[in-house]
Amino acid sequence: MWHSIIFWILATLCVGCALCVVWQKNPVVSAVFLVGSFLALAGLYLNLSAPFLAAIQIIIYAGAIMVLFVFVMMLLDLHHPLDLYFRFTKPKLPKAIALGLFVWLLCTLILATAFPLALPESSQGFTITQIATLLFSKYAFPFELTSLLLLVAMVGGVVLAKKK
Amino acid sequence: MIPTVGYSHYLILSAVLFTIGVFGVLFRRNLIIIFMSIELMLNSVNLALVAISKFTQSPDGQIFVFFVITVAAAEAAVGLAIVISLFRNKQTTAVDEINIMKG
Repeated sequence: MWHSIIFWILATLCVGCALCVVWQKNPVVSAVFLVGSFLALAGLYLNLSAPFLAAIQIIIYAGAIMVLFVFVMMLLDLHHPLDLYFRFTKPKLPKAIALGLFVWLLCTLILATAFPLALPESSQGFTITQIATLLFSKYAFPFELTSLLLLVAMVGGVVLAKKK
Repeated sequence: MIPTVGYSHYLILSAVLFTIGVFGVLFRRNLIIIFMSIELMLNSVNLALVAISKFTQSPDGQIFVFFVITVAAAEAAVGLAIVISLFRNKQTTAVDEINIMKG
């Protein structure tokens, strides 16, 4: 019962914030709404009994990535006429039709798949120990590759943003 | 009376969020907003992965979410560096004014 109530509140919040992100004129306001959407998603992870992921979501997404966005917006001079940016790119109608078909297709596929309606109330989430054991045994190689990816991203970011 | 929430609800929420992200990428012309929409899409996929992880009762889905978050962080760093160097050269972040490649 509480699970459903929390889901509907958080889902409304999440979709509302996401719509505000794409409808806002000012990118800084968009960023704030995006943080709201991420926090609502973290709540949904808690609802799905994944507390560690909820913490990771808040720390990395709402903390690190959004701070990066806001810093870049601070570096850029975004004082051009905002209305010019807000005009939607053309052609509008084919894109809208494609989007509608896309969401219809996704929802049809999801509803065609036979998921049980109710989530098992009793099932506990996974402990950090279980997740870490899997991460360092079965997924040890992808984990190591991730460190390489982060190194490449760091060097790439420095090289790209450096003045000539 | 509130209807019972199942896995389909989570997946449909994820689909809706993904579509909102695609909307932002297709319709907005501000490069930073487009980046935020991409983050939104990555998050919607994460939500689907967490729901499926609970459905299959295996933590593999959550591990995938870690990797997605890592890739998203790397993508944000490199992408925003590209935005900065682009802004330095063109003084704009509007995608339709960035047409060096005649795309």
